[in-house]
Amino acid sequence: MNGVAVLLPIALGLGLLGLAAFFWALKRGQFEDLDGAAARILIDEEDAPLP
Amino acid sequence: MNAPPRIPVDLDHVSTVLVVPGMHCAGCMAKVERGLGAVPGVDSARVNLTAKQVRVEHGADVEPAELIAALDAIGFASQPRSDESTRAPSAVKPLLAPLAVAAFACMNVMLLSVSVWSGAEGSTRNLFHWISALIGIPAIAYSGMPFFRSAFAVLKKARTNMDVPISIGIVLATSLSFYETFTGGHDAYFDGVLMLILFLLGGRVLDAMMRDKARAGVDALLSQAAPGASVVSADGSLQWIAAAELAPGMVMRLAAGERLAADGEIVRGTSAFDQSLLTGESAPVAAGIGTTVHAGTLNLDAPVDVRVTAAGADTSLAEIARLMEAADQPRSVYVRIADRASRLYAPAVHTLALVTFIGWMIAGAGGYQSIVIAIAVLIITCPCALGLAVPVAQVVASGALMREGVMVKDGSAIERLAMIDRVLLDKTGSLTLGRPEPAPEVIAALDAEAAGTALGLASHSRHPHSRALEAALLARGCRALQVEGVAETAGIGLSGTWQDRKVSLGRSDSADVVSTTLRIAGHEDLLIPFTDQLRPDTYHALARLKALGLEVSLLSGDNAAAVAEVARDVGLFAQAAASPAAKRDAIAALQGQGHKVLMVGDGLNDGPALAAADASIAPGSASDVGRQAADLVFLGDSLLALPRAVIAARRTMRVVRQNFALAIGYNALAVPLAIMGYVNPMIAAAAMSSSSLVVVANSLRLVRATK
Repeated sequence: MNGVAVLLPIALGLGLLGLAAFFWALKRGQFEDLDGAAARILIDEEDAPLP
Repeated sequence: MNAPPRIPVDLDHVSTVLVVPGMHCAGCMAKVERGLGAVPGVDSARVNLTAKQVRVEHGADVEPAELIAALDAIGFASQPRSDESTRAPSAVKPLLAPLAVAAFACMNVMLLSVSVWSGAEGSTRNLFHWISALIGIPAIAYSGMPFFRSAFAVLKKARTNMDVPISIGIVLATSLSFYETFTGGHDAYFDGVLMLILFLLGGRVLDAMMRDKARAGVDALLSQAAPGASVVSADGSLQWIAAAELAPGMVMRLAAGERLAADGEIVRGTSAFDQSLLTGESAPVAAGIGTTVHAGTLNLDAPVDVRVTAAGADTSLAEIARLMEAADQPRSVYVRIADRASRLYAPAVHTLALVTFIGWMIAGAGGYQSIVIAIAVLIITCPCALGLAVPVAQVVASGALMREGVMVKDGSAIERLAMIDRVLLDKTGSLTLGRPEPAPEVIAALDAEAAGTALGLASHSRHPHSRALEAALLARGCRALQVEGVAETAGIGLSGTWQDRKVSLGRSDSADVVSTTLRIAGHEDLLIPFTDQLRPDTYHALARLKALGLEVSLLSGDNAAAVAEVARDVGLFAQAAASPAAKRDAIAALQGQGHKVLMVGDGLNDGPALAAADASIAPGSASDVGRQAADLVFLGDSLLALPRAVIAARRTMRVVRQNFALAIGYNALAVPLAIMGYVNPMIAAAAMSSSSLVVVANSLRLVRATK
């Protein structure tokens, strides 16, 4: 029973952390351009777009 | 240029959004961002590939025209975005937060449920139920909102859809579970309810993503049109005015190759007009001072000044818009297959639950136990797989179609397309490319010298014939010869010198064919006829449509002789010289005989017919009206998009029917167990997820739907 008392809050806390991270990403517009994000990784490092 | 929206960032920095429909890959993104970044005064450029737009932050002194010129120089056509407010909001975004909440809650509650199923007893079970309720009830209330809202909206109109049984199931199961938790009972269904919501939301997010993607593609096409005209003001200067703000009396200056934005009367210059978009008529019509010209027609030859005689509601365009509004009937009364299924399904399962309750009461089980069993019946019949049956199949099929260049604009379009048995094809622009192309056999026969001279001359002009000739010659692999002193005379053509010989390209004396003459001093004149070519693969596509059991015929606004020639060529029956209203009536007549009609058209004159047909397809090169009125838009020139779309639609509906059979088959197995009272939360969760997985797996077969 003591183990459960420690593990349950940890499990819930981790889950909430993931949920909070998702909401943060949603608010920051990370899901605006999924195709672009997928393609951007293919742009070569040395001729990256000008800042 | 149309005045683009300039969004002030701070005092001397603004941002401009440009639509760049030609971007497809990482290479394009890098090129566009780097090309814009190299323009002096530009701070940053960020591409949104999904929306095919680029947002540029730049100093206030940089004009959008410079940005467009910079993009043009690296080979990307672009337009300022027409209007921010006209863009419909994304359908995905409001669903993402509920999906995340449902996923979080489902995982945590499932964790607790597994321990309860494994045999947690007494106070541990009660504690776990209470924690599940604490997580589950707020999460259900929040993430179930999309279903509750939709169910409430249709119930208010005294109708029903799939969301009604879903909502009833969710609410009853949650209430029962809370009661069980409160009284320290044995079974709580929070895990099952959350899983149901998670699966259904997942299906809906996929569906919305696909629709957003298709709409972004169509939007990119639409927002580049930006109709308007250069208006000559009193002091002789030119000013760009949007089509909606043109008023009678204004004088528009129309360059060769531009489309008219309003009806008017020519006050200066003579030219020829291509009216194919408006009437389907393929031959250019000569126009001089005093001739009335219509919005949507293309100026072919020379710059003219046109005084606006009608604008807004008085134009021939507005008349077509009125016809379209009146025609938009069959689609608004069409009931989607999922809603038709739920009309039968919802009363059936609710009656079943009621009968179960009465049955157990008669058998003497007591009120509480009878209610628990009746609710278990509702939970087990909650249409999880049924709710996924249609959207998942359509998402996968739309994705397959999109990869083939066919964009599905409307969710019900695939269902309606699967039912059609007649196809009506517009001629100009739909069966044909809708643009004059130099006759291929003449291009192929040109010697290197003539071809090089023609290319050297044509590359100096923006006349549609010059552009087409240039493209055809480049495609043949010709090299331009250095022609000196090229001059363009409006209405006559281009002239210059090559190796001290006079060369010219321009109007020919022949009146009966549209053509251009290439003259090289010391050589015989060369006539290059221009014709509106059939789309590539036309014969193959028509043969495949026939093989699908569809009867195809032509419905054109062009004159009888021109239509008859094409009709003979492709072997179809044809109706010629049809006005927009006549086209709509032809479709109505076929519908009256019980046919389901697919209309393929591009022009303004096809708008009412596209709206009246049971399903409609327009090519990407179509007029705004055509693209907006059509259910599907195909990119590229090939007509093979038609049979592909029909095949994909029929396969999709076959898979949807299989999905229904699978979902109902699962119910047929699980419901007797529930009625007998043998169902517990574990069986409910297992049955629900396995039936959903089977339906999703079956739908995934549609990845190859267009093959």
